[in-house]
Amino acid sequence: MTRDIALVAFAQTDHRRTSDELSEVEMLMPVLHDVLGQTGLKTADIGFTCSGSSDYLAGRAFSFTLALDGVGAWPPISESHVEMDGAWALYEAWTKLLTGDADTALVYSYGKSSPGSVRDVLTRQLDPYYVAPLWPDSVALAALQAQSLIDAGETDEPALAAVAARSRTDAAANSRAQLRGSVPHGDYLVRPLRTGDCSPIGDGAAAVVLAAGERARELCERPAWIRGIDHRIEAHSLGVRDLTDSPSARLAAEKAGVFERPVDTAELHAPFTSQEIVLRKALRLGEDVRVNPSGGALAANPLMAAGLIRLGEAAAAIHRGESDRALGHATSGPCLQQNLVAVLEGDPR
Amino acid sequence: MPEVLTAPLTVEFPFTRSLGPVQSAFLTGLRERVVLGVRTGDGRVLVPPVEYDPVTADEIRDLVEVAPTGTVTTWAWNHEPRRGQPLDTPFAWVLVRLDGADTALLHALDAPGPDAVHTGMRVRVRWAAEREGAITDIACFESYDGEQEQPTGHSGEFADAITKIVTPARLDYRYSPGRAQTAYLRALADRRTVGERCPSCHKVYVPPRGACPTCGVATTEQVEVGPAGTVTTFCIVNIKAKNLDIEVPYVYAHIALDGAGLALHGRIGGIPYDQVRMGLRVEPVWTEGARHPDHYRPTGEPDAEYDTYKELL
Ligand SMILES: [Zn+2]
Repeated sequence: MTRDIALVAFAQTDHRRTSDELSEVEMLMPVLHDVLGQTGLKTADIGFTCSGSSDYLAGRAFSFTLALDGVGAWPPISESHVEMDGAWALYEAWTKLLTGDADTALVYSYGKSSPGSVRDVLTRQLDPYYVAPLWPDSVALAALQAQSLIDAGETDEPALAAVAARSRTDAAANSRAQLRGSVPHGDYLVRPLRTGDCSPIGDGAAAVVLAAGERARELCERPAWIRGIDHRIEAHSLGVRDLTDSPSARLAAEKAGVFERPVDTAELHAPFTSQEIVLRKALRLGEDVRVNPSGGALAANPLMAAGLIRLGEAAAAIHRGESDRALGHATSGPCLQQNLVAVLEGDPR
Repeated sequence: MPEVLTAPLTVEFPFTRSLGPVQSAFLTGLRERVVLGVRTGDGRVLVPPVEYDPVTADEIRDLVEVAPTGTVTTWAWNHEPRRGQPLDTPFAWVLVRLDGADTALLHALDAPGPDAVHTGMRVRVRWAAEREGAITDIACFESYDGEQEQPTGHSGEFADAITKIVTPARLDYRYSPGRAQTAYLRALADRRTVGERCPSCHKVYVPPRGACPTCGVATTEQVEVGPAGTVTTFCIVNIKAKNLDIEVPYVYAHIALDGAGLALHGRIGGIPYDQVRMGLRVEPVWTEGARHPDHYRPTGEPDAEYDTYKELL
């Protein structure tokens, strides 16, 4: 069965280094009200709700059930959760809408990294037998990938610094971003990556509304139609992979139809400058494609929400008429292990 | 708004994991200073070895010994080692392709500085003095300019192979309960119970979590409830909990404090356990220095009518 499904609204918090004064639901709720308000929908009008988050970030067991308080889940709603970035919650919601069981979906995700040490927290997602006992933190693994790229002649440190500078300069126009404008490139964190090559650690939340067919046109002047969406994963052992390439991102893009004709805008979820180099190549993005006009993850990377934000930003560019065909990308795991790619289009103008 | 509360929170757990036959052979091998790989259907040797082919998903069991020497395929200089990492002095993270293997193993390389490390450099395993069958039996790698060391031709079979590993994990957090729960906890410190009212359905939540789960809106109006309340339902606890200094049997109850829109729980004392009943009127008993009531005891008032608390069961 085919059914046209679109992102019709997108909202996000300001992304900040800490949010001590807010519990997760207190941080999330304004975003839910914002995204529903854009469409005029109420919780009771939503056919399916799906969220993405990880309890490990803030160290709070079952925090995703408490976050549901912000939705207003009584009487009981049709609801699901993924322990993944919200982009994968969006994927689940998209499949739900495809079945025809629902016409609208609310997708949200949030991450509160400030209470913990996120570099160490992320080691717990690694192979528990051979890798996690060594506690290799997220920056160290990205640095191994960056050195591979430098050794292969795919990039060098000045080129990486240029990616960082372009991202934060573009983020100056994004009031939600955490790092905006001129940001020092800094010292090595794990060589060859400097602080400026790494996304900031911060707290934030995002939400989108999906709608099918005519419902999408009622709710949004220029819906961002999902022309294709796919996600693929690579082997978990880093030493088995070619870290200079992303075959999973390329395959997901191919399945999503990215290569059928050019996109004008791409929102890439690259938490490290070096990963943008990998993704540009895998996704065959030319110089004429606007990459991360929002500033991307280098300007704000609330874990579990940053991938959904890429899809939301791509959709918002279509809503505003700034893009006709945009690529949204989300990643998960070390060194771009898993990748989701969506192609969004606006109706011809 | 007063400053939010924060407190240290440590999440610590030892995971006990059973091993598949390939993992068992590899980790037992490390204990015996033997490095084993596994051969895939197309003849590649994977080190570290896995139970299933990462490309075809076929079960793979053909163990092959490789050398303890190898070549760095990529590296990253870590000038600030973190807790739990293999070395506590600055070191390089490395992926090492051992001689005889087609894939690389992640570990640490002990080196005097980043200038002493490069992709393609030759390295050798430095074994830990005490080995138990874990990836940390390799203490780290070290620079090596000698001949390629030869495997001994080990079969991969061990008399006393390990079958499980215990991997401890510890994460440290600084917990902050947010606005609503901070206000609740601050009031409790003054021996007052303060809930929050939903502006839409007017229900008073105790303890408040900042949102009405029915309406999905922020609760903001603070409402002091209690101190007395009504037992809405209860159970009799006959099993003594570990580290809990309370004699059994005792009663644990749902208590709807006066003015609250839902019941909280607490222990009932000051009355024989078999005389506690639904509708019993109770009040909190505080002990010096405690942040919560120690228990609730009867007020002596007549029991509450069922109709007054039936919605709060
Ligand atoms: Zn309410």
